[in-house]
Amino acid sequence: MTQPGSAYSLDKQEQNPESHTISVLVDNEPGVLARVIGLFSGRGYNIESLTVSETEHEAHLSRITIVTTGTPMVIEQIKHQLDRLVPIHSVTDLTVLGQPIERELALLKVAGTGEKRVEALGLAEAFHAEIIDSSTEHFVFEITGEQSRIEEFIALMQPLGLVEVCRTGLAAIARGAERM
Amino acid sequence: MSRTMTGAQIVLEALADQGVEHIFGYPGGAVLPIYDELFQQDRLKHVLVRHEQGAVHAAEGYARSTGKVGVVLVTSGPGATNAVTGLTDALMDSIPVVCITGQVPTHLIGNDAFQECDTVGITRPCTKHNYLVKDVDQLSTVLHEAFYVARSGRPGPVVVDIPKDIQFASGLYAGLSNSQHKSYRPPKEGDSAAVEAAVEAMATAKRPIFYTGGGVINAGPAASERLRELVHMTGYPITSTLMGLGAFPASDKQWLGMLGMHGTYEANNAMHDCDVMICIGARFDDRITGRVDAFSPGSKKIHVDIDPSSINKNVQVDIPIVGDCDHVLNQMIAAWKKKKPKVDKPALKTWWDQIDTWRARKCLHYKNRDDIIMPQYAVQRLFELTRGKDVYVTTEVGQHQMWAAQHFHFDEPNRWMTSGGLGTMGYGIPAAVGVQMAHPDSLVIDIAGEASVLMTMQEMSTAVQYDLPIKIFILNNEYMGMVRQWQELLHGGRYSHSYTEALPDFVKLAEAYQAVGIRAEKPSELDDAIREMIETPRPVIFDCRVHKHANCFPMIPSGEAHNNMLMGDDVTEEDIENAITDEGKVMV
Repeated sequence: MTQPGSAYSLDKQEQNPESHTISVLVDNEPGVLARVIGLFSGRGYNIESLTVSETEHEAHLSRITIVTTGTPMVIEQIKHQLDRLVPIHSVTDLTVLGQPIERELALLKVAGTGEKRVEALGLAEAFHAEIIDSSTEHFVFEITGEQSRIEEFIALMQPLGLVEVCRTGLAAIARGAERM
Repeated sequence: MSRTMTGAQIVLEALADQGVEHIFGYPGGAVLPIYDELFQQDRLKHVLVRHEQGAVHAAEGYARSTGKVGVVLVTSGPGATNAVTGLTDALMDSIPVVCITGQVPTHLIGNDAFQECDTVGITRPCTKHNYLVKDVDQLSTVLHEAFYVARSGRPGPVVVDIPKDIQFASGLYAGLSNSQHKSYRPPKEGDSAAVEAAVEAMATAKRPIFYTGGGVINAGPAASERLRELVHMTGYPITSTLMGLGAFPASDKQWLGMLGMHGTYEANNAMHDCDVMICIGARFDDRITGRVDAFSPGSKKIHVDIDPSSINKNVQVDIPIVGDCDHVLNQMIAAWKKKKPKVDKPALKTWWDQIDTWRARKCLHYKNRDDIIMPQYAVQRLFELTRGKDVYVTTEVGQHQMWAAQHFHFDEPNRWMTSGGLGTMGYGIPAAVGVQMAHPDSLVIDIAGEASVLMTMQEMSTAVQYDLPIKIFILNNEYMGMVRQWQELLHGGRYSHSYTEALPDFVKLAEAYQAVGIRAEKPSELDDAIREMIETPRPVIFDCRVHKHANCFPMIPSGEAHNNMLMGDDVTEEDIENAITDEGKVMV
């Protein structure tokens, strides 16, 4: 206990950072996303991924899926701080509930000819990626799946003429019959 | 119930329906329609401040001293940006304020129009919630919701930004009904199992302490009554944060004084050594905890707070209870009565004996002088000479604020208005204006420093205009005293820009404002001068010339633990130089 500490040295506590997927139900009103993002930047939390869309049109509710990392104490703080925002209805930590179903969609533009083009096409089939757009010089692939699978696909496309990638960020839902 | 009227009329109708009597504001282009409506009515009294920051602080003082929501009306652009300091202050100290800002007409928003700023963007992080109203039919709902949000749960400031065209447009006024937010429902009752567990821990405690804060005051006067009942029922010692002073009477024998950086020796040592800590409506702020890893190492901690994000933020607690202090205190009292616990009397006797030895250290003692007024002495005399009167005290920020907290004692809640969280110099005068507006016949004193007070001095003009006999009691040492004290502690006494080489003559300044100026330079003339101030039925600036180098003790140096305090009466220059470690120096 010789090391001096203060309110400012909380991060030095011996807790390992964890990654959590948090699902937040909010009123779909102007500024609500700015509130959430401002909270994360203002309090120095991490955002690994953030996805938002209106999910219940009649009730004007949107669902925000946030992937964040922090020590257990910081993750608790993040959830409480989110819950404190007035337009937020509920905050659910999907990671705590158990292995949530997590999916992401990516679009990959791959340009090339000859063998590389054939190889790209073969890999796309193996990964169940769809061809959305193509010419004699390029493909645009759509792939949906777990993040690790998308990472793998991108890595494989890299040497085959990958031009650009667009990813949606994570959509996640808890398993089972219950509503969150 | 719905009636058609203009947006400006809706604003006034909604304020009246909310029971608002006073609003603090400053006109400008984008709020002229509302000001025009104000001109044509006499239900609401408008107080014209001299700067928008003053309007918010006045509303804070009003809110803090009455328990009502304070209301502010300012214009767009600079009106809104000037209000930001006050809004942040209200957020940090959980003060309910509704601030209505004018905005450029809807079609000009985003056009860099004259006196336009992104008010909702700028105030998003410094309010509890904010609104931009783009549809006049939504205006009344938004206004009522704003009051609901400001006062519910952990209170705070709410901004309602109203474009000028919306103020002119005709719309439906829906009355008070349905004024709740559709989903925002802060908890009231605490979890009964947690309350049971807390009472169980309390009942078996050997070295217990109550540590209470501003949350008790925010929960209303009834919560303070409950707190007294519970503390007396248990017989346990109690300390409080700066924001919580007055919730428990300072004259009571169970009171240990304030805790924290400039708290008492007995309160801090009791916090360090306790075995059960009962925290009610306080948030383990860094001014309170000092070194976190050495904060009350052996204790079981109970934390009652209405804001779940305050729990386990800085300090891990054992029994968290989310709920309104008033409700939870009631639950605790009921559980204690039901349980009829046999407390460990011998252990408690030992504990109180230990506390008495700490008390005997007389930590607030200072060397008084008969040639120069010591600032602590000035506060003590002010307290003694106003005893028994109906007194409200506001402060600025710095040494004088801490001396006021240490030497001016409060027996009732809502009597002490200070900027705790944000530490806003310049809070005191406008806050006093707001307090005096709410309590016209009371004695309202701003215990001030000469540096802070110059930041919002213009509000003396407001006090004079509305015949508000506020007393500005300046402990004038010509230094930014707390800055100077820290320069002694951290920077080898190099007083970089903490001395004000040119100061106004405060007596003449008072006269220039058509207020009354009084000066005291010697201890022998202090009492008469204070009496004269109290008896003057007009605003007074009291220039109390005090010792220029007095420092505020006791003190927990930053980066240190509760049981390692610097004491005032035997501190040497060497102690001061060595008080703060290199690690402590980076902290504020």
